[in-house]
Amino acid sequence: MRLEALLLSGDAPRSRVLSALLAAIVLLLALAPFVFPGTRSLAVAERICIFIVLAASYDVLLGYTGVVSFAHTMFFGMGAYGVGIALTRLGPGWGAVLIGALGGMALAVAVAVVIGLLSLRVRAIFFSMITLAVASFALILATSLRDWTGGEDGLTFSVPYALTPGFKIGAYNGHLVAYYLIFVVAALLFLFLLRVVNSPMGRVLQAIRENEFRAEALGLRTLRYRTLAGAIAAAVASVAGALLALQLRYVGPDATLSFGIMVDILLMVVIGGMGTLYGAILGSAIMVMAQYYLQPAMGALSGAVAGVPVLPALFHPDRWLLWLGLLFILIVYFFPAGIVGRLRALR
Amino acid sequence: MKRDWAPHAVLPALILIALPAMGATNWLVLTVAGLAMGAMLFLMAAGLTLIFGLMDVLNFAHGAFITLGAYVAVSVAAPLIGWSGAESWGLNLAVFALAIAVAAAVSGAVGWGFERVIVRGVYGAPLRQILVTMGGLIVAQQLFIALWGADAIPLLKPKMFSGSIELGGAAIEKYRLLALALGLAVFAALHLVLSRTRVGLLVRAGVENREMVEALGYRIRRLFIGVFVVGTALAGIGGVTWAFYQELVTAQIGGDMTILVFIILIIGGLGSVGGSLVGAMLVGLTANYVGFLAPTVSLGSNILLMVLILLWRPRGLFPVAH
Repeated sequence: MRLEALLLSGDAPRSRVLSALLAAIVLLLALAPFVFPGTRSLAVAERICIFIVLAASYDVLLGYTGVVSFAHTMFFGMGAYGVGIALTRLGPGWGAVLIGALGGMALAVAVAVVIGLLSLRVRAIFFSMITLAVASFALILATSLRDWTGGEDGLTFSVPYALTPGFKIGAYNGHLVAYYLIFVVAALLFLFLLRVVNSPMGRVLQAIRENEFRAEALGLRTLRYRTLAGAIAAAVASVAGALLALQLRYVGPDATLSFGIMVDILLMVVIGGMGTLYGAILGSAIMVMAQYYLQPAMGALSGAVAGVPVLPALFHPDRWLLWLGLLFILIVYFFPAGIVGRLRALR
Repeated sequence: MKRDWAPHAVLPALILIALPAMGATNWLVLTVAGLAMGAMLFLMAAGLTLIFGLMDVLNFAHGAFITLGAYVAVSVAAPLIGWSGAESWGLNLAVFALAIAVAAAVSGAVGWGFERVIVRGVYGAPLRQILVTMGGLIVAQQLFIALWGADAIPLLKPKMFSGSIELGGAAIEKYRLLALALGLAVFAALHLVLSRTRVGLLVRAGVENREMVEALGYRIRRLFIGVFVVGTALAGIGGVTWAFYQELVTAQIGGDMTILVFIILIIGGLGSVGGSLVGAMLVGLTANYVGFLAPTVSLGSNILLMVLILLWRPRGLFPVAH
């Protein structure tokens, strides 16, 4: 068996253009500290890595299991708050990071299993509504348990010394260590998810997605598999949250739990391509780049149509979500497999 | 079949249990406030449950129609500021009625377009339905900001409706009574149409068994469009009522209600209009009672209520057969 097939679990991108695009993104991310040395561009690269993991874990639910959850940011937040609270209480050490990340993950898995067992046995729509309610409850909890979470303001904390600028290796400092920590963990998690969806379990999930009744008739315990998928997605999302906490050195409701983040993830997965996992890489890169770089471009466009009524308001830099929302609807309608699906159809 | 009385007893039981827990005056104030809030929530939720019941479509963009109603109220009330400032029941009511009529018309018209462009292609595909209507909500919220600006817009209640009246030693806000009356009137109208008219019969039959209605030669598509327009128009009416109550309109005013509206639907039973009334009243009362008795848990009280109801009746209080 070739190394590549082993790494990608036999699920290659299956399109030349797509392979080239993915290779370019991964290569740029791998060399980001050297190619784009600025602090801001490094933060963009870190954010892309983190959201690739988050979006890919969401795709396991949305694309492979066929359920729409609105609670994914909650699991993301559990990991972030876990690390944030542990670092605040125990001081900046690797032990605290580990305790926080594992604690957050354990909580995420437990909550995911409970939600799954309670609401996945009924119709898909019900699951979506319940997850929306639970996610809003989590947001309320995070803002009202002020002593632990810092309320609306969130928590600002110090990270382990090796991740700070004070730590030097030759010409480089802790920022580099932090970047590669995030990059390596993100890459490993992505390959793990690729392994999951291409395992026998992944096939079962797709079978349930296509025809639940038939899958059940074949003797598959659909509830058990769906709940397991939910637990895996929640666990991976919590690790992504832990990485975000290390990157920002801050956790707060808006950065981790808000509905805006949930919308971002949804857009990433759908625009990139549901049920492809590689779509998460494209989607995250596009969305994060859009957040950082589309706004100036729209500002210029808005200035260009300044005399026309309404148009300047539509091209206002803060209205970028309007255009991505329209793109989202068009993709759901006409290209359900997103960019990845289009590229694969080209061959 | 034995009549299931227990779900009907929940609402009176909650009101009665609350009485000894707080003084009679507090109880009266909070009960009226809770019922009024419930009436406004019902206006916002009724359209959604109607649409879901008949078409099996859960419109995640329903909140956008509530927001649309609220902004229409702003636009209607702004030039009529003289009327709402006048100390005249007639002129004040006219502003309110005009806002409601225009909001219902605009929301219904936009709802008609929304059904044709967005929803029509995804009947019977729940996953894509959720995604597409969610996308509709995202786009709509951005459009509201583009059209009405990002800042919150104040919207004053007509003069005679602000302030409160004395009732049995308790001060009751006048606007709450108006909202309660409107909510109950809309429920009565919906109930009458559904139970006494031919169209209502077809809608109820469609909820029970869509294929059979089609097989009998009725054009279910027309029924779908009609119910969708009525449902979104109701959301617009709910938006007007809520906006005058809040006295501040933002692009998120409807989206923020989505979760509460969903909770009401889940409690009442998806697709049941009567259920959504009871669910809305339960949510409104719980929010007010718990807010008074235990303010710290009040924010999560609706979700706790939902969990309790679901543990008892997993399909809600008044499940609709499908």
